[in-house]
Amino acid sequence: MTTTPAPTLAPVKPARRPARARSLRPWYRNGSLVAGMVIVGALILVAVFAPLLTSYSPTTQDLEASLQGPSAAHWLGTDQFGRDVLTRLIWSTRVDLRIGFIAVLIPFVVGTILGGLAGYFGGWLDTIVMRLVDIFFAFPFYVMVIVLVFVLGAGETSIYLAIATVSWVSYAKIVRGEVLVAKQQDYVMAARLGGFSHLKVLARHIGPNVLSQAIIYAMSDIVQDIMAIVTLGYLGLGIAPPTAEWGSMIADGQQFITTHWEQATIPGLAVVVVSLGLSWLGDGLSDLLSPDRRK
Amino acid sequence: MLHRLRFIPGRILQAIPVALGVSILVFLMSHLLPGNPAVAILGNHATPANVAALSKHLGLDKPLWDQYWLFISHLFQGDLGQSLTYQQPVVSLVFSAVPVTLTLVLYALVLSLVISVPLAGWAATGPGRARDLAVRAYTLIGQGMPQFWVGIMLILLLAVRLQIFPVGGYGQGFTDHLYYLFLPALTLAISMCPTIIRSLRASTIQVLGSEYIGTARSKGIAGASLFRVHVLRNAAIPTVSIVGVNLGYLVGGSLVIEHVFAIPGLGSLMINAIFARDFPTIQGVALFVALFVVIVGIVTDIVYTLLDPRVDLANTEAVR
Repeated sequence: MTTTPAPTLAPVKPARRPARARSLRPWYRNGSLVAGMVIVGALILVAVFAPLLTSYSPTTQDLEASLQGPSAAHWLGTDQFGRDVLTRLIWSTRVDLRIGFIAVLIPFVVGTILGGLAGYFGGWLDTIVMRLVDIFFAFPFYVMVIVLVFVLGAGETSIYLAIATVSWVSYAKIVRGEVLVAKQQDYVMAARLGGFSHLKVLARHIGPNVLSQAIIYAMSDIVQDIMAIVTLGYLGLGIAPPTAEWGSMIADGQQFITTHWEQATIPGLAVVVVSLGLSWLGDGLSDLLSPDRRK
Repeated sequence: MLHRLRFIPGRILQAIPVALGVSILVFLMSHLLPGNPAVAILGNHATPANVAALSKHLGLDKPLWDQYWLFISHLFQGDLGQSLTYQQPVVSLVFSAVPVTLTLVLYALVLSLVISVPLAGWAATGPGRARDLAVRAYTLIGQGMPQFWVGIMLILLLAVRLQIFPVGGYGQGFTDHLYYLFLPALTLAISMCPTIIRSLRASTIQVLGSEYIGTARSKGIAGASLFRVHVLRNAAIPTVSIVGVNLGYLVGGSLVIEHVFAIPGLGSLMINAIFARDFPTIQGVALFVALFVVIVGIVTDIVYTLLDPRVDLANTEAVR
């Protein structure tokens, strides 16, 4: 499968405000960016200070207090093993956010390098990288991740490797496209004519200009990775119980859906909050980093 | 008209190396399993006799290249191996599951369009107004919800509480299938729509501002016929390629959703195979799904060309 044909009707949205005015706007006046930073920042603080935020253990069972509704002692009630739901929700941020943020690193680096080299040098290198992109792109995200986690064995390392195997493709595509445009620019030509080596031109002159798109994409990629971890957890292929994790919490809650609907609902809402925060952060960064061509 | 379809043979030829690469990747998966592939594939059934027989069948004593050659020739004979749990050829398992998954995916696609087209059009007629903000809020939240969780929430609301739809299963007969598959298809549509709406909204806003729409309006065309004939067809073009790319995503999502709703398609087959450590079945499903996505890519390019007379993939190839 090749990349889709370039649309002849590029959906260019007329800018509501002149590009200059947007880019000169101070970052703290950028609503999406601030909202995203507040949400993501708060979540990171919750993850870091999880042990201080609650007096319960996320894993110790108390079968006499199982499946209780919300009360002063347990704000969100308890699960079937009598564990405090709020505590497990808080501790899950440690697992899901950590894996989500780390998982994005390898594909970011690998995809950016391969896409950058393919776009810059073109020729057979470009052909090989783009064919590889097509091949990996043929596997739907979840198929590849689920199969690889199975093949490599359950556990965090397998999740990182599986996500890396699938996700580098998008970075390669994005960065290659950016480099193809950037290398036609006058300043790149000038740098080459000035006698700089290819490596120096790529790293110093093209790199900084194409990276912003990759960073903006990384925000939605983190969301996708967190979805993958949660889905794997739901299917019972992710982080092993009793570790608190949103996906396995939803799977546990689904068993009691007729009597305790909140058990499956609440962890899903937590994922929605994380995604909202990261989406706004991505939108805000996109305003900040490439104000002249926001989609 | 026909001359613009000259690109098709070339496009299919282009897909061949990709399909080969897909098969190499799926082949290599068995070598990522720890230990001797035959032992790992057989799992609990790994008696010395079984291991010896499978090793011979896979050519494990030969170099990797010969093993791949064997894998491919088995593939062309329709031999994807033997399922360990079902004691059946993997090919027949896959083929009995494909119609179910395909129905679900197409159903989801239809629902996605039924939801997206009016919403995108509605939002595009008043950019920045309340209705536009509401639609955009949906696209933001819709993408942030885990798919399987949306499914569980729909089960909770429409199956457990209101008892309008069944909690799962596939039913008997076509109308029954449509009834049973409604919630799973809606689940997939809810997470597919944001992508379609975003693209369609942006292109509709652009088309609405163009001169030919002004001309059509001045000729007295308005309302639904203006939208259908003049706006939608032009605005839909960029969206077609986006839908094509995301169809693979839809297939991937449907695998997880089948598990949530206990639908006997490819997804349930694969996930049950994973719990049973039935590697040949897993391999078969992965291969089939990936080849399906490659074919969808070709179909997308054809539809795209048919929709937009200005696209000429045959000529762009020639110019290069």
